[in-house]
Amino acid sequence: MGNSPPVFKQILSELGYDVVVPPPPSRRTLDLGTKYAPEFACIPFKILLGSYLEAIDLGADTIISTGGVGPCRAGYYGELHRGILHDLGHDVDLIIIEPPLKRPADFLRAMYLLFRERKAPLWKLPDIFWRAWLKLNAIDCVEKASHDIRTFEIDKGETTTVFRQCMEILDAAQSKIEIKEATDASLELLSAIPQDRSRDPIKIGLIGEIYVVLEPLANHNVQVKLEEMGVLVHRSIYLAEWTQNNALTNREYDVKKAAEPFLSELVGGHGRNSIGETVLYAQKGFDGVIQLAPFACIPEIVAKSILPYVSRKLNIPVMTLFLDEQTGEGGIRTRLEAFVDLLVQRKKKKEGQLACVGI
Amino acid sequence: MRGYLGVDVGSVSTNLLTTDEQGNIIASLYIRTQGQPIAAIQEGLALLKKELPADFQVCGAGATGSGRTLAGVIVGADLVKNEITAHAIAASRLVPNVQTVLEVGGQDSKIIILREGVVTDFAMNTVCAAGTGSFLDHQAERLNVPIEDFGTYALQADNPVRIAGRCTVFAESDMVHKQQLGYSLQNIIAGLCEALVRNYLNNVARGKDILPPVVFQGGVAANIGIKAAFEKALGTPVYVPDHYGVMGAWGAALLAQENMSTGKNGASSFRGFEAAKLDYEASSFDCQGCPNQCEVVSISMEGKVIGRWGDRCGRWENMLGNT
Ligand code: SF4
Repeated sequence: MGNSPPVFKQILSELGYDVVVPPPPSRRTLDLGTKYAPEFACIPFKILLGSYLEAIDLGADTIISTGGVGPCRAGYYGELHRGILHDLGHDVDLIIIEPPLKRPADFLRAMYLLFRERKAPLWKLPDIFWRAWLKLNAIDCVEKASHDIRTFEIDKGETTTVFRQCMEILDAAQSKIEIKEATDASLELLSAIPQDRSRDPIKIGLIGEIYVVLEPLANHNVQVKLEEMGVLVHRSIYLAEWTQNNALTNREYDVKKAAEPFLSELVGGHGRNSIGETVLYAQKGFDGVIQLAPFACIPEIVAKSILPYVSRKLNIPVMTLFLDEQTGEGGIRTRLEAFVDLLVQRKKKKEGQLACVGI
Repeated sequence: MRGYLGVDVGSVSTNLLTTDEQGNIIASLYIRTQGQPIAAIQEGLALLKKELPADFQVCGAGATGSGRTLAGVIVGADLVKNEITAHAIAASRLVPNVQTVLEVGGQDSKIIILREGVVTDFAMNTVCAAGTGSFLDHQAERLNVPIEDFGTYALQADNPVRIAGRCTVFAESDMVHKQQLGYSLQNIIAGLCEALVRNYLNNVARGKDILPPVVFQGGVAANIGIKAAFEKALGTPVYVPDHYGVMGAWGAALLAQENMSTGKNGASSFRGFEAAKLDYEASSFDCQGCPNQCEVVSISMEGKVIGRWGDRCGRWENMLGNT
């Protein structure tokens, strides 16, 4: 998902495994996944399956993935993936890591499978994991910085180019010191990008199901697209942050609390978060919210049906983009542009300016 | 004479239109895109030129529609805008206090909600409401009724048949069934109009606050049967503008006018009506530069590349700026 693969690669290779990292999901990945997945499976399922198949092509014999909890079918996807891969005649192990606090027994079993052939001595483990954690945080930190800058960049596309360099620098960093240095160097590279800080951009919050929020292939790179249109975008989910809040501890009280007046039930997936985050964005004075949802994702559908009410009550426009392999680039672009126009008009009007549309 | 040009390139139709300096429509036309947007635009320019005074000078051009990027490059538009904003502008120019715009075209349909002149919400069709215009054409042919008379037939119905309207595929098979049961053509056509309207309201307009005044535009607005069905379902009069079919192009022209009036843009980059005679070519390739494998489209004019898009990283687009 997004920029995280190098981190997992690092952990596993330090444990003594040969690691193949499938290429970042592409149209080909999605086509492959769509071909072998049930038609009505959601887009995360299809991209994952495609990635597994690409990894198998590259020689992988063991696949590690994560599970899920709550009333969302994602929790069952690992089993289904395993079945499909076996039916296709691939003799691979699929190890599914469940959240440690919520499903301890399954988690330990997966850990056993994961470690049974490790070559690294036990005393090294804390260090390996700690550095991986630092790296994951470093990646998030650099990515966040890139988002703060892209909106203001003078030459369209420059931030994206620099960011790609940063990821290479981070990928090469191994020790704690190197990670720290790579982070600093990346931040420096980014801040050297010529910017026009006199712009007064509108602010949009991105919410929705974690996979499509994090995976640019699934969401047609909405965050970057919006930023290149000059919008300041805040994404509700970053991987390190999310891992900390969900898998390790159980903090997310503020989001859940914010959702409470509108939805107090657990609806699975990120449904309740989507409501809570919208409320928080409204409170923080954002101009609008975009919900990213896999087509046919039940938790997000539940959230979507409540969002118009939240939107009216808190006076913040919300637009939902449903995503699947049929979603066309053109449709997404048109909707994003129109939504941005709408927010700009509203803002001008609020500020007492003439609400003309020729932005 | 001076004025503005608007071009709206959709998958079914290509509309071109010119206004005077105040933004009033002076000439407009409608051409079928037929999968060849470049040819359609060129043909449109040539035809439009004939309808205009010889001294007509375009001082601003705007492009919209799903083919707006392409159209923008070909005509040399000063402004390229999405069709939602363009439609909203045109509707509110006509009915300044409009609160709802229903737009049903050949392939796409949308709803736009405005309050006090500002767009506050919108939606575009989901898969199940796609192609209403094409669908109606097709059914008219099947029922052997000229599409122009479709509406008249609908209005003569005394008891419209209820047709399942979940999507056009369902509607079609149910309609065939009702036909075999022997219902009158009038009642079937009226039922069909109501089914399509129900479908639109349940899919495209779901959850939207439809308040009057309501403007209905897009190619399908020609159909008085659909208009009547909307009025019946919404319980409010529905206003169909004279130029219902070219509102997007008009919006683009109005936006171009507004854009040029801000003064910071200098002269228009319109290529002139001669663009109709130039040789344009579109090509595309899959970039192998990185795993994204973007499909990059490029347009060349007289052998020289003038536009490129589709790359996520900007490497192809930027190359253009540098040459
Ligand atoms: S155009 Fe850029 S982003 Fe797209 S495939 Fe080529 S190098 Fe990758």
